[in-house]
Amino acid sequence: MKDQQGNKNNWAERCSQNTKQLRYWTAAWVLTSALMSFGPKFIWNYDTAITLLSVLINLGVGFKMILVNKQHLRGMDELHQKIFLDAGILSLGVGLVCGLTYDLLQDIRLISFEPKIAHLVILMCLTFMTGIALGHRRYR
Amino acid sequence: MKNRLKVLRAERDWTQAQLAKELNVSRQTVNAIEKGKFDPSLPLAFRAARLFKLSIEDIFQDEEAA
Repeated sequence: MKDQQGNKNNWAERCSQNTKQLRYWTAAWVLTSALMSFGPKFIWNYDTAITLLSVLINLGVGFKMILVNKQHLRGMDELHQKIFLDAGILSLGVGLVCGLTYDLLQDIRLISFEPKIAHLVILMCLTFMTGIALGHRRYR
Repeated sequence: MKNRLKVLRAERDWTQAQLAKELNVSRQTVNAIEKGKFDPSLPLAFRAARLFKLSIEDIFQDEEAA
């Protein structure tokens, strides 16, 4: 059984450090996503090699962000891990159910525009934030 | 699950923040455990037992078994 007695009193410090790391890598991922989206048109005129490199960099930074997020989750204390996981489950469930329905809306002619993945991402983010807020309220 | 965390803490005149620091968790976690809203993991229960120099059963009681 893993004992944290040796790390007494430093969970808050560890959590703060992990949050900073997560903030840094999330910002890096957003920047590389922007570079990948707008670079081909505005910077390197659709040069295939540079575009491919920007995609690989974006994926690499994205995977690093996932690992840092995992480290951030493991650095939390157990109540906050539970709140985070509950919010994640809610977000995943809502994303799956609403995402599949939303995807069909154009096919069944309920909407005239093509469903966009960005709308699903926004919905999942809002659901996750709501889940976190509800969790904190529940265990207040 | 019932627990005597609040009583044991009060006996030592500790605040929730002090107990949280000793247990290496957040104050919110101590508060949730004391109110019975959250059951601690086995490692955290062991840490509490060591801190108060008691057995886990002296601090936490299973309501269904009682």
